[in-house]
Amino acid sequence: MSQAELTRPASVLWTFGLLRNELRTTLRRWRTLALLGVLAAVPVLVGVAVKIETGDGGSVGGGGGEGPAFISQITNNGLFLVFTALAATLPFFLPMAIGVVAGDAIAGEANAGTLRYLLVAPAGRTRLLLTKYATTMAFCLLATLVVAVSALTVGALLFPLGDLTTISGTQISFTEGLGRALLIALIVAASLTGVAALGLFVSTLTNSGIAAMATTVGLLITIQILDQIPQLDALQPYFFSHYWLSFADLMRDPIYWDDLVKNLGLQALYAGVFGSAAWARFTAKDITA
Amino acid sequence: MTDMSAAEPGPEQPDAGDSVIVTRALTKRYRGGQLAVDGLDLTVPAGSVFGFLGPNGSGKTTTIRMLMGLIEPTSGTARVLGRPMPRATRTVLPQVGALIEGPALYGFLSGRDNLLRYDAGDPTADPRTRRQRIAAALDRVGLTAAAGKKARAYSLGMKQRLGLAAALLQPRRLLVLDEPTNGLDPQGMREIRSLIRELASDGTTVFLSSHLLDEIEQVCTHAAVMAQGRLITQGAVGDLAAGMRGRLVVTTPDTADAARVLKEQGAGDVVVTEDQVTAEPPDRDLADLNAALVTAGVRVRGFGVERPSLEDAFVALTGEGFDVAG
Repeated sequence: MSQAELTRPASVLWTFGLLRNELRTTLRRWRTLALLGVLAAVPVLVGVAVKIETGDGGSVGGGGGEGPAFISQITNNGLFLVFTALAATLPFFLPMAIGVVAGDAIAGEANAGTLRYLLVAPAGRTRLLLTKYATTMAFCLLATLVVAVSALTVGALLFPLGDLTTISGTQISFTEGLGRALLIALIVAASLTGVAALGLFVSTLTNSGIAAMATTVGLLITIQILDQIPQLDALQPYFFSHYWLSFADLMRDPIYWDDLVKNLGLQALYAGVFGSAAWARFTAKDITA
Repeated sequence: MTDMSAAEPGPEQPDAGDSVIVTRALTKRYRGGQLAVDGLDLTVPAGSVFGFLGPNGSGKTTTIRMLMGLIEPTSGTARVLGRPMPRATRTVLPQVGALIEGPALYGFLSGRDNLLRYDAGDPTADPRTRRQRIAAALDRVGLTAAAGKKARAYSLGMKQRLGLAAALLQPRRLLVLDEPTNGLDPQGMREIRSLIRELASDGTTVFLSSHLLDEIEQVCTHAAVMAQGRLITQGAVGDLAAGMRGRLVVTTPDTADAARVLKEQGAGDVVVTEDQVTAEPPDRDLADLNAALVTAGVRVRGFGVERPSLEDAFVALTGEGFDVAG
C-alpha cells in the first residue's frame, strides 16, 4: 500500500531467475530427456554397427562414399565417431529435437494455460520470448554435446584413439583433434539456431503445442527435400540446412572457412528474421488461452 | 506482511480518486466480429470486495483479461491501480494477484515447484525470500502437506488452492479472482471465503467474479452485473438489492382471515399459501399492521419482511421480461 511497494526495489539480476527456472524446467520434462536419450543412442548404434561389420578385418562401405562422412575412418580412430555421429544426426535427429523444444516453447504454455499466469506474474512478453529462445539455444548446445560426448565415449571404448589424418592428408595430434571436435560441436549447435528461431515463430502462431511442433518438423523435412531438387538451385543457398554439412571443412588443413561463414551468416539471418517476426507477433497477440 | 500493516492512504492513486479499477467505454470486438465487451464503465473502489456477476458468455472473462493486459481493448481505456493497461503491466501486475479462468499448472512439477516458477516469472520478486514466501502462501491455502506432490495428482480443489497460493506470493494491493471456489467442497468454499474476508480486512481490494450469488452476497461489499457484454448495474451490494421491495410474510394458521385483514390495511398482491400469507407491504408502520391482525383475532406465528436477495435482483436485471434499462 505504501509508495515503496509501488516501486518495489528490484535487482537487475533477478530478471534472470526466469531463465534459470526455464532451463531447469525444460530439463525436468520427460520429453526433453527422451529426446536427449535418442540422440545419445545414435552414436552407440553407429559405433556398434561399424564394430560388427569390421570385426572380420574388412572396411566399412567398401570404397567409401556411402554412409555419413568419416565413417570409413572410425576403425582407425575412435575420434572419428564424433564427426560421423554429428554428420548422421545433423540432417534430421538434431533439428527435429530442436523443433520439438522450440515449437512447444510458447504454444505449449498457451495450451496448458500457464502462459497467462506467466504473463500476469508478470514475466513480460519480450523477456519471456528471449528466455524461451535462450533456453532453446542452450538445448541446441546441450543436444549437440550429448551426441559428441556419447560418440567420444563409444569411440574410445570400441576403437583405438590417437593422432588423426585430416581430409587434406596432414597429420594432427589427438589433442588438436579433440579441439577440432569441440569446435565442430559448437558449429553444429550454431547451425541449429535458424531452426530454433523458425520453431519459436511458429510457436507464437498457435495455441497448440503439438501443432507447432508438427509444423516446425514438417517445414524441416520440406526444406531438406527441396534442397535435393536440382531445379531449385537458385533458391537452395537460402535454405537454412544448405550449408549444414560444411562443418566437415573444419577437418581440412588449413581450415576452409567459406562455407562455414556462409552457414553462420545464414543462421544469423534466420534468427534475425524469424526472431523479429516472433517478437512482433507475440507482443501484439491477444492471449485468450 | 509488514508492507501491508504499514499501509496508509498514500498519494499512489493520482487521478482515479479512490478507485483501484476504472474503465471508460472499454470495448472488445474479436476478429470474428463478435462484440464481447461493449462500452464498459466500471469503477472498483479501493478496499472493496467487488463482486463481478453475469451469466456465461457475458464478457466477464474478456474484461478481466483486458484488465490484466492479456488482451488489447478495441477501444476505450482501462486503468488499474491508477495506471493505464496494458501499457503499465510491468509496474502494475507485481502488485496484483490473479486467478483467471481456473488454475493452470505444470503437471510434471510439484506444487511447490509450480509456485517457484511463477514467482521466478516476476522480475520484482526477491529470490532470497522466495522459499519462505512460497511456504507462507502454501500454508495460507492449506496445501503445506501436499506441496511436494506432483501437480497432476492434485484434485480440482487442490489445483484451485495452488492457483490461489500463486496469487498470494507477494503482498498485493489487488486480487482478481475468477470463480475462486470452483471445484471446492463446502468446507473449502468456507475457508476461501474467510480467506477473502481476511485479505480484504488487510486492505487488499478483491475483485471477485462468480456465478454463485450467495457467495457474492456473503463476501462482497460492492457488485456489478454484466449481460451480453454490457454493464447493467454496479454499486454497493445493499443498494442493488434495495431497488427491489421486500415482501411481507405472515405465518399463521388463519390464512383466510389474515389475507382479508391485510387487504383492508392496504397491502397489495396478497398471496395465500399453506400456512403463510405474503403481500406487498403498504406504505405505513408495519407495527400497526401487526396490531390490526392480532385485534382481528388472527393467531400470528411469524411476522416480518423478507429481504429481497441479490438473486432476485440479479434475475430481475438479467432475466427476460424485465425492463433492463429501468
